Amino acid sequence: MARAAPALLPGIAVLAGLALLVGGALGALLAAAPAGASASLWGDTYLGRVIVFTLWQASLSALISVGMAVAVARALARRAEFPGRDLLLRLFGLPLVIPVIVAVLGMVAVYGQNGMVNRLLAGTGLPTGQFLYGLSGILIAHVFFNMPLAARLLLYAWQSIPGETWRLASQLGMSSGQIFRLIEWPLLRQVIPGVAGLVFMLCFTSFTVVLTLGGGPGGTIIEVAIYQALRLDFDLTRAVTLALIQIALCAAFVGCGLLFARAVSTAPTEGRLLGRPDVASRGGRIADALVIVVAAIIVLLPLVAVIGAGLRGPLVDVLADATLWRAAARSLTIALSAGVLALVLGWAILLTSRELRMRRRRPRAAEAVELSGSLVLVVSPIVLGAGLFVALMPLTDVFSVGLELVIVVNAMMGLPYVIRLLGPPLMRVAEQHDRLCDSLGIAGWNRLGLIEWPALRRPAGLALAVCSALAMGDLGAIALFGTRETATLPLLLYQRMGSYRLDEAAVTALVLVTMCLALFVVIERGMGGRGAR
Amino acid sequence: MIKPIAIVAGMFIAGMAFPAAAANHQPTLTVYTYSSFVSEWGPGPAIKQAFEADCACELDFVGLEDGVSVLSRLRLEGANTKADVVLGLDTSIMAEARATGLLAPHGVDLDHLALPDAWDDDVFVPFDYGFFAVVYDKTRLADPPTSLDELVNGDPAEKIVIQDPRTSTPGLGLLLWMQKVYGDDAPDAWAKLNARVLTVTKGWSEAYGMFLDGEAPMVLSYTTSPAYHAIVEQEDRFVAAAFTEGHYMQIEVAALVGSAAEPELARRFLRFVVSPGFQSTIPTGNWMYPVIELPEGLPPEFAALPRPAAALLIAPEAVAANRKAWIDAWLEAMSR
Amino acid sequence: MARVELDRVTFRYDDMAMSFTLTIADGECFAVIGPSGAGKTTLISLIAGFDRVLSGRVLIGGRDVTDVAPAARPVTTLFQEHNLFAHLNAAQNIGLGIDPGLKLADDDHGRVSAALARVGLAGLEKRLPRQLSGGQRQRVALARSLVRKRPVLLLDEPFAALGPALRFEMLDLVDELRRSAGLTVVLVSHQPEDARRIAQHGVFIDDGHVAATGAIPDLLDNPPNAALAAYLGIG
Repeated sequence: MARAAPALLPGIAVLAGLALLVGGALGALLAAAPAGASASLWGDTYLGRVIVFTLWQASLSALISVGMAVAVARALARRAEFPGRDLLLRLFGLPLVIPVIVAVLGMVAVYGQNGMVNRLLAGTGLPTGQFLYGLSGILIAHVFFNMPLAARLLLYAWQSIPGETWRLASQLGMSSGQIFRLIEWPLLRQVIPGVAGLVFMLCFTSFTVVLTLGGGPGGTIIEVAIYQALRLDFDLTRAVTLALIQIALCAAFVGCGLLFARAVSTAPTEGRLLGRPDVASRGGRIADALVIVVAAIIVLLPLVAVIGAGLRGPLVDVLADATLWRAAARSLTIALSAGVLALVLGWAILLTSRELRMRRRRPRAAEAVELSGSLVLVVSPIVLGAGLFVALMPLTDVFSVGLELVIVVNAMMGLPYVIRLLGPPLMRVAEQHDRLCDSLGIAGWNRLGLIEWPALRRPAGLALAVCSALAMGDLGAIALFGTRETATLPLLLYQRMGSYRLDEAAVTALVLVTMCLALFVVIERGMGGRGAR
Repeated sequence: MIKPIAIVAGMFIAGMAFPAAAANHQPTLTVYTYSSFVSEWGPGPAIKQAFEADCACELDFVGLEDGVSVLSRLRLEGANTKADVVLGLDTSIMAEARATGLLAPHGVDLDHLALPDAWDDDVFVPFDYGFFAVVYDKTRLADPPTSLDELVNGDPAEKIVIQDPRTSTPGLGLLLWMQKVYGDDAPDAWAKLNARVLTVTKGWSEAYGMFLDGEAPMVLSYTTSPAYHAIVEQEDRFVAAAFTEGHYMQIEVAALVGSAAEPELARRFLRFVVSPGFQSTIPTGNWMYPVIELPEGLPPEFAALPRPAAALLIAPEAVAANRKAWIDAWLEAMSR
Repeated sequence: MARVELDRVTFRYDDMAMSFTLTIADGECFAVIGPSGAGKTTLISLIAGFDRVLSGRVLIGGRDVTDVAPAARPVTTLFQEHNLFAHLNAAQNIGLGIDPGLKLADDDHGRVSAALARVGLAGLEKRLPRQLSGGQRQRVALARSLVRKRPVLLLDEPFAALGPALRFEMLDLVDELRRSAGLTVVLVSHQPEDARRIAQHGVFIDDGHVAATGAIPDLLDNPPNAALAAYLGIG
């Protein structure tokens, strides 16, 4: 194996690049701030309430989403074969990647005053309720967005349990509950803090959902205050300070959570496929079916609403329009570029983190590296965009590099997913094969191609699919850097919505959702190799 | 592993190369505006065609998120801005725009304008105007409010969807409307209205989408919204409620940027803005009222819209000075 | 009663058809020898219940257990490795033999410690498997089989990785346990000396079926057929 120091280099280089980007953006904004007093932050009681509410709704959302995800992942792990399982797993990737505004309208169609649920209740004579506007609405939306992908992340953990463990469990006659307590839970403890941290960060900055479904400004988050400071008041100092507070709070919270992650030693496995002993019971089968069906309903109903709205719209007119397909092509280019870039950058970070964890035996440092890579998620996009703009203006014509900036920003937003998805498998490969590779002298590109890639191609496929689909449905980055004539698909959608053309927007949304789903299917099948599920 | 890196690197290089390839002989006029203006159903394309027809130039629209974003972008860019003209600011941010010192006098003759009040600003050229209104579904609301007061004190079971003044222009419009009508009693009025508010959305699109989905029988929008449904969809269930106190007005303006690369071309464009060539695209392009008398007149559905009893407006300087305090009071009132 | 019978049991592993018919007397140590890939592990697996027979019956103690789950059969199995949970310590791994939910009564802890002492690992309750040597891990697994008190003990080359002295020590321990607790032991081993040391009867498995059976001294000293002779390296 080559000297250890170069192994730390990739991740450090990437993190340094990120720090430069973010730091440069924030610094440029601060430097551009007009001289003069900015509104004092410290005596601001309203801000205090905002921070508390932000933390509260994010924690609650993360708790509920991950809790449900554990149940769903377990049921899916136990029921390894049933018709439609593959499609269901692909659909689980959708809620997070479709544009938020589309998803919100989908939720309104299901849970709103005039939505499916209320109409069903009214039809059967039960009292209807208002559950979409307020904290409950925020939670419902966050569960819809985050539970499915969290379930997929946790499912990977289950699939890492060696077959020999099940042999042992059947010999000892362990019941379902005992298996959960003694085998599954210790493994989950390793993975849950990371997944919950990711969900927490997403909900922390979940601007549109909180603002639209919050019911009123009583529920406001820090991001809204940043928005107000930057756009209306043009108080740059305040905006940057709030953005820094946001990053610091998330780092503190998620960092504490990661302290609870216990590294669990995994025994090497021969890779035998042995079945779980607790799947045959009737009660178990019914419980699993129930959980899976409920999860499927939660995920599918809003998607069905979106698809239905699209199908009811002027399909032929919109689909025949060349603008749509040009926008789709542009979106696809951006999406794939951002996805690949995110994969490469994330892999680099993980190589460093693995080196720290495995060879240098410094797990806390490794966690810090991974967390730093993930924190980009909570850098306020509007601050980042404005800052990059100010920073780059003296250097180059910002409009001409607009496309590249969009790709870079989208890749940054996809980093946390790459880290979450590829991290555990990368660690496991090292644990199982480091000694053998060292003794045989397999290193570098050889090791990557022969040893790592076969084990990693499936999670890498999912990571690429998620990042690409996220970039496909992204409205934020592209809106920040202005548009010339050619729009991307989400931007086209937004323009249509803003021009009263809501039914055409619905068809555009349908095309977007279909393309995202296609991305998942094609990439996962393509990269997953034979037998990819 | 090499292949993905090569692909990405290749794309970067290719992307960077493109702008350099575009050569241009004609002078280019750069106009910053909001994105729905330049969409294919907005007035943008027709305006571009009409202006380019006899200016021997290229008109380049840059679409930003909304009017406030245009001002933000201008402020961020400062004197290095690429823009020659900014189009899409409105009266609520006019004072701040003026205070940036980045705009220059337009020098356009505005005597022939047909606005509700006389316009004599030398920096800003108005290009359209409209009135905020509560739009309701007449099949779901038998008894609509006929005044702001009736809206505030009405039945809490009949809900309205409104927008957040911090993130949305109509939201800010409603805030200023309440402020104009109620003055210092505005916070109490908001506290009462809160009972009827279903939710406060980020932007107009979410609110209007919810309204069309039947979430609430009322939404805050413009008096011209029903015209869209009447003309394009032949649908007449949506009606703008006429309030006895009058409606708050939104006048959208354009301005010349001081550091413009093409000041003469820019002034020519601003003259074009108040000419029939530009203004005739406004009614069915932007769904607002034109600022001049159109030779062909307004479409009949527009003429059928209720004309407000009074056109309410708070002076831009007063808005700039008090906006933060008013928004803070609003936040406090809505949290009660 | 812990007599083990396989009555015309058939199985298919990849493309090898297997069939076994044999009887193991109650309380005896029975050796299973044969070349690699012959089906020794499969035989153990069928008795234990990890694999389902294609046809035939498996009887333990006179009871037909062909369709019974592994945990419900009166059997404990020790494999060559992976007998312990990597994240639980020695005491916990043994405790699982008393209750698979690790709900131990007060005196159960004493039983765990006694079992550990019996296999020569007194005081190592808190050690994790990765902190134990291969031999120690197998002894912990053996200790667990003690607390389970099942009448049949299946051993699939459990001591193959140990040195000669330690291996003999473990085999003698197994033999002693057999006699004091009345266990029926089925031992799969590569080494014919293991069979000679502690087994009374045995079977030679070749190519998926029983090729020879009988008392151990006869099998090893006078192999009844050429295949066994070739395996033993005699003649």
